[in-house]
Amino acid sequence: MKLSSNLATVMTQKEILDLYFVEARSKLIEVAAFLDRVDRGSGEADFRRDALRQALRALETEGPDRARQVLLALSDPTVEPIAAAPGKGAMGAYGG
Amino acid sequence: MRYIEPHAHMVSRVTDDYRNMMAAGCAAVCEPAFWAGFDRSSANGFYDYFCQLTEHEPRRAAKFGLPHFSWLCINPKESEDVRLAEEVIALIPQFLDRPNVLGIGEIGLNKNSRNEVRVLEMHVDLAARHDQLILVHTPHLEDKLKGTRLTLDVLKNDPRIRPERVIIDHVEEHTIKLALDGGFWAGLTLYPDSKCSPARAVDMFEVYGPERLWMNSACDWGVSIPLNVPYTALEMSRRGHPPDAIDRFIYRNPAEFLSQCPKFRL
Ligand SMILES: [Zn+2]
Repeated sequence: MKLSSNLATVMTQKEILDLYFVEARSKLIEVAAFLDRVDRGSGEADFRRDALRQALRALETEGPDRARQVLLALSDPTVEPIAAAPGKGAMGAYGG
Repeated sequence: MRYIEPHAHMVSRVTDDYRNMMAAGCAAVCEPAFWAGFDRSSANGFYDYFCQLTEHEPRRAAKFGLPHFSWLCINPKESEDVRLAEEVIALIPQFLDRPNVLGIGEIGLNKNSRNEVRVLEMHVDLAARHDQLILVHTPHLEDKLKGTRLTLDVLKNDPRIRPERVIIDHVEEHTIKLALDGGFWAGLTLYPDSKCSPARAVDMFEVYGPERLWMNSACDWGVSIPLNVPYTALEMSRRGHPPDAIDRFIYRNPAEFLSQCPKFRL
């Protein structure tokens, strides 16, 4: 499926592959190696490993919004403000 | 190439960054008030910071010929302490007439707590009472979607706020449409590892642009890239976007939003 776009598509699919394929390939291998690294570690993983696996499923869907689907899978789905901020940082995935 | 850097924390950067930005075609830099990386111990610390943003930093930038503008607030990362926030917000009006102050920012939420929402409402009220532009920081990572929704609710619930005078910054693919559909401006932040890469920024420009969209590096004391706006312009060029489209995204769009404050003149 092609992206719907406000602007005329500047590049062909082939040109986009020429420009970005090797970079995307590299990032995919990094993700795979990261998951292997976590598995090799001692102790137990936390919610972030499952969250990443859940988010990876978005890559299997037909577009046009896979990036949005990955971000949604890694987002806090609740709507009410929390009682108090537990700190300042964020973990990258929602652990409940 | 000419561009505007609409969001950079220059107090955390070295003078080489000013020189490099000028060499790359920067025509103006805008600096929202930010968390220092540690909590300031009292409102006096903010008073000094606001003096730095409105007196010292514009002078430092001027040495390189770069116009410097600023935005004032207590950052969401320090908004859990409502008492402190009230004291800091009370300091702000005396700075609003300074020649480089563009508005209230970067306000918003961090962990989406009740106190943060309360302080956001106080900032929105301050901006409305003084007819100021608003620059909104949206939260990081897993907190961004919820925080963007809560922030937009606060803004929409205040009938004095005109969305075209508000920029929702640090949008990503899951929040950009919320901001634009509400009539707000949206900012794409080019930050390593979080927020948005140059390639994704150009993607969002192609899908959602060119109206009401800008880019910034948000460079600060963390790992960040002060020249990421011109680098992303090169990415656009690599994809075949014409010079006029690039100029609109990196210069004319931010100029259009910022010029709603009469003090923004280039
Ligand atoms: Zn910032």
